[in-house]
Amino acid sequence: MARRVTNRRKAVVTVLAWLVGLAIFFPILWIVILSFKSEGDAIKTPFEVLGSAWTFESYATVQERSNYFRHFWNSVVISLGSTLIGLLIAIPAAWAMAFVPGKRTKDVLMWMLSTKMLPPVGVLVPIYLIFRNLGLLDTRFGLVIVLTLINLPIIVWMLYTYFKEIPGEILEAARMDGASLKNELIHVLTPMAVPGIASTLLLNIILAWNEAFWTLNLTAAKAAPLTAFIASYSSPEGLFYAKLSAASTMAIAPILIMGWFSQKQLVRGLTFGAVK
Amino acid sequence: MATKASRAAARLMISPAVLLLLGWMIVPLSMTLYFSFLRYNLLMPGMEEFTGWTNYRFFLTDPAFTAALWNTLLLVGGVLLITTVGGTLLALLMDQPFWGQGIVRILVIAPFFVMPTVSALVWKNMFMNPVNGLFAHLAKFFGLQPYDFLAQAPLGSIIFIVSWQWLPFATLILLTALQSLDQEQLEAAEMDGAGPLSRFFYIMVPHLARAITVVILIQTIFLLSVFAEILVTTNGGPGVASTNLTYLIYMQSLLQFDVGGGSAGGVVAIILANIVAIFLMRMIGKNLEA
Repeated sequence: MARRVTNRRKAVVTVLAWLVGLAIFFPILWIVILSFKSEGDAIKTPFEVLGSAWTFESYATVQERSNYFRHFWNSVVISLGSTLIGLLIAIPAAWAMAFVPGKRTKDVLMWMLSTKMLPPVGVLVPIYLIFRNLGLLDTRFGLVIVLTLINLPIIVWMLYTYFKEIPGEILEAARMDGASLKNELIHVLTPMAVPGIASTLLLNIILAWNEAFWTLNLTAAKAAPLTAFIASYSSPEGLFYAKLSAASTMAIAPILIMGWFSQKQLVRGLTFGAVK
Repeated sequence: MATKASRAAARLMISPAVLLLLGWMIVPLSMTLYFSFLRYNLLMPGMEEFTGWTNYRFFLTDPAFTAALWNTLLLVGGVLLITTVGGTLLALLMDQPFWGQGIVRILVIAPFFVMPTVSALVWKNMFMNPVNGLFAHLAKFFGLQPYDFLAQAPLGSIIFIVSWQWLPFATLILLTALQSLDQEQLEAAEMDGAGPLSRFFYIMVPHLARAITVVILIQTIFLLSVFAEILVTTNGGPGVASTNLTYLIYMQSLLQFDVGGGSAGGVVAIILANIVAIFLMRMIGKNLEA
């Protein structure tokens, strides 16, 4: 028996859910609107803001004054770089743990997870000093290393939970049919592993893009990704709402889109498989 | 099935990840531990000397530490309360059938993808600013006095901002858990005459308990380290009114260059985080066996 849902009830829920959803989303909507206004209009009352003229001028100003795209590019290099290196290290590890589990596999997994629980501020001083002495402060290379390491446990875990779901019988069947190890890898396992790897990639780019402890502490003007660049708006000069909105809109748009695609994986990735 | 050769290969495949993480853990951790027993200030190079527990004594008896510890507890507790209660209600609402479910879902989870510096600055300027903020415009519209949120209630405002960022996470996880609930069980209870409240407390809450625990534990790990939101809004002030442990240690090490004191603080932070971590690890470990 399907549960009866009257149309009236559905209408009430619809109105309520949309109101709540719009309220939660409103700040994002608002900065998108402000980013298309002039500085003078952006600080007016909401009705005046909505009635004022639309313009692209803030986007141009942000790029001209602060070379916005350099920071955007820093974000791309750092998040993509740390994710790809992380995958390169994690795929073999997760693969081995899922398909050739040993007695200590579980302990290794748990231990990896425990490194993620280390509060970053606990190792801030040594990392800062090491970076200073090696000349890695304010370099993209240095940040790629740190972000690879802090996200490696999540990557291994996510991949492990995906690989674990590939049934072992398929491998045995392939072997019985005379498939070599190479064929097994290329034709049987890889196609089944690709979706898991793709979701891991997506989630990890999001995490790295938004990371705001190490990026703020280890960069200055040169290698600053968007998180650090936008923090510079905390001590503004003159009118800056429209510029801040334009910079913010461009900073969050790519990640919002990726995030919407990876909603389902988000749960699995961030709970280490504890909720699916 | 696993032969000796495949075991050796497996070990080889795992070792890079293990070695890297081992290095990442042991090297800085032992340095922090070592520095925490030194008198070491970056402004006075070459003056380092062993001081025993002095740094710990100073750190733990500093009134700023007590304030920061208290602020950390309020921040973590406040955000947890808002996000778990709000997340449960929101998940229950979104679990009902309604028109445009997919779009509303997207709207609700969006804040999670906004980088911390953006969300903090947007709330600080576009909403909470006492002159040009939206809340100030709203207050003036109703003839009220605008309220300076970040000056009058700095910690409360930061709790609000961080809650906005984490509400989607709680909602999404609880919604996922709700959707795995056995519908037939609910229908059976309904036919047996259980009202909506008793269905909620006797069937849904026990089913959600696990997901709620996971939400609380994981958020706690991240919330103990809230940093960017404080840096760009209040700088920990006024005074230490919105300084949490992470921010206090940051100030001590990178603004006052007191490596010894900052490291002692770091060790304290690690111990506190580990207390939470033990519980979380146990839960995840149990799940691994199942």
